[in-house]
Amino acid sequence: MSETTIQTVIAAVKILVIFNVLLGLFSLMTWVERRVLAFMQFRLGPNRTGPFGILQPVADGIKLFFKEEFIPPGADKWLFIAAPAVSVITAFLAIAVVPYGGSVTLPQASWLGPFAGREVSLQIVDLEVGVLYIFAITALGVYGIVMAGWASNNKYTLIGGLRSSAQMFSYELSLGLSWVGIIMLAGSFRIQDIVAAQDGGFWRWNAFIQFPAFLIYVVASTAEVNRTPFDLAEAETELVAGFHTEYASMKFALLQMAEYVNMITVSALGTNLFLGGWNAPFPGVPDTGLAGVAWFGVKVLSVLFFFIWLRGTLPRFRYDQLMHFGWKVLVPAAAVWILITAGALAFQGPRPAAAAVGAL
Amino acid sequence: MNAEPTVQHALLLSVGLFALGALGVFLRRNIITILMCIELMLNAANLAFVAFSNHLGTREGQILVFFVMTVAAAEAAVGLAIVIALHRGKDTLDVDAFSVLKW
Amino acid sequence: MDFAALLFYAFGALALGSAIVVISQRNPIYSAFALIVTLCSLSAIYGLLGSPFIAVLQIVVYAGAIMVLFLFVLMLLNVKREGRDPGDGRTLKGVALALAVLLALQIGTVLMRARLGPARPLDASTEKMARDLFSLPYLYVFEATSVLILAALVGAVALARKDS
Repeated sequence: MSETTIQTVIAAVKILVIFNVLLGLFSLMTWVERRVLAFMQFRLGPNRTGPFGILQPVADGIKLFFKEEFIPPGADKWLFIAAPAVSVITAFLAIAVVPYGGSVTLPQASWLGPFAGREVSLQIVDLEVGVLYIFAITALGVYGIVMAGWASNNKYTLIGGLRSSAQMFSYELSLGLSWVGIIMLAGSFRIQDIVAAQDGGFWRWNAFIQFPAFLIYVVASTAEVNRTPFDLAEAETELVAGFHTEYASMKFALLQMAEYVNMITVSALGTNLFLGGWNAPFPGVPDTGLAGVAWFGVKVLSVLFFFIWLRGTLPRFRYDQLMHFGWKVLVPAAAVWILITAGALAFQGPRPAAAAVGAL
Repeated sequence: MNAEPTVQHALLLSVGLFALGALGVFLRRNIITILMCIELMLNAANLAFVAFSNHLGTREGQILVFFVMTVAAAEAAVGLAIVIALHRGKDTLDVDAFSVLKW
Repeated sequence: MDFAALLFYAFGALALGSAIVVISQRNPIYSAFALIVTLCSLSAIYGLLGSPFIAVLQIVVYAGAIMVLFLFVLMLLNVKREGRDPGDGRTLKGVALALAVLLALQIGTVLMRARLGPARPLDASTEKMARDLFSLPYLYVFEATSVLILAALVGAVALARKDS
């Protein structure tokens, strides 16, 4: 087998694994979310299908498969069909550059053939402009929602679509600005480099060194994926179900999937940028290869739990409050923090600067 | 035909896009569509810059594209604001409706 | 033909095809979505031409910001389909087409006659681009564009707000 073929096969296997892990995590998340929320609200949640109700996602899937496909009269047929596809494609595209571990060396086993002893990096593509790429793809995610809202030919969906696009638009700015300090400290857009810069104990993680940026990221990413307390796009009390009011059956399932996959992406990215990626919290604890993947998984799952916890705790914002908060608090705060980080870097050079900024 | 994409092919694509943008400005009468066609022409020019930059091995072309993009963003913001103001006055976006300098 | 070349021609064809949709649609919303496709395929072509930074910037700025603004205005004003041409549409369309073809021939001749010489390797990594942008010949231009954006921002708000 030629070198190109081997590389292609490795990449294909990685893509397949990631795709299926995401799908599994998505269906599991729908169940976990309902159970945890129910627990927080002193209810039981779905507990009938299978042990602890864990087969609930399967039942939901089967139910959605057999629902009637309906395109509302007066809707724009092609855009109505394209909207869920665009949402899902952009959601899955973003995860391609997110690493989930360092690298593993395949064992020297004979059944692996030409793949034995090869070092495989645990990331689908290692882009030089990784962080920017994610920024760009998230920007494209808005279109699925706008399309869905407009094509449904319904006032509620249109308002829901416009609201959420305005919201994503506004919070994307602070999301991007919260990354700038980290990028300056690491001196690279490549996520691998950013993770490597956080090696050596949890006090080196950007969540501590760049604490204000971390806070901004948490708020902005919650808004970016339309989760409570920023889920105005689908505020049931005002807008029925927002942009996906008119969607049923598998199209509805796809829109839901896009939402959850976006949430997983944001959690994985936040883990890489702020929580040290696959680095262990203490030096000396093994974190190479599969151990790193385990650390990464633990961190991502905690962040996902945090999202559910937020939903169980906080009430919804009002729309004008949301806009004011985004533009008048988050963006200026992020800009000031960039200035502080840049100043520290300019006066002290990269390494001491990290310590100085952390001490602030 | 040459199998490798050369700078000529990128330039031809750029010419095609530019001409299509110009044709759109001639054909369409909705102001917003005309603005979009202008964006298309700007992009065709950007493609030519990137193609030349790639062939000549210099970054100047790409830096020009960077500035074109910032200026295009400013242009789109002001242009769309003007469109909103126009729409408020006449309740239409047909270019033929705006034939007088003052109303 | 290797894979990169195949991608180049595929995205080139996609860009041209969606550009034709942009100018032939009467419904401006369709035009806008088609233009987004053009912009994204151009971004892929930039990536294939060895400029990853510009490729990503193309999506962030054009597809992520400018086109969202366009769609927003289209939906806000609830723009309808363009009506039929009032006068003799066919002749005028013919003239327009002829003019566009003439324009293409002119630019095409100029560009094809350019003496380019042999291709030289390009290093357009993000770090190199940033060093260029923040060093002298371009530093002032860079700062000037930030002032331009600020001016555009203020101008847009002033133009679009209701008279008070």
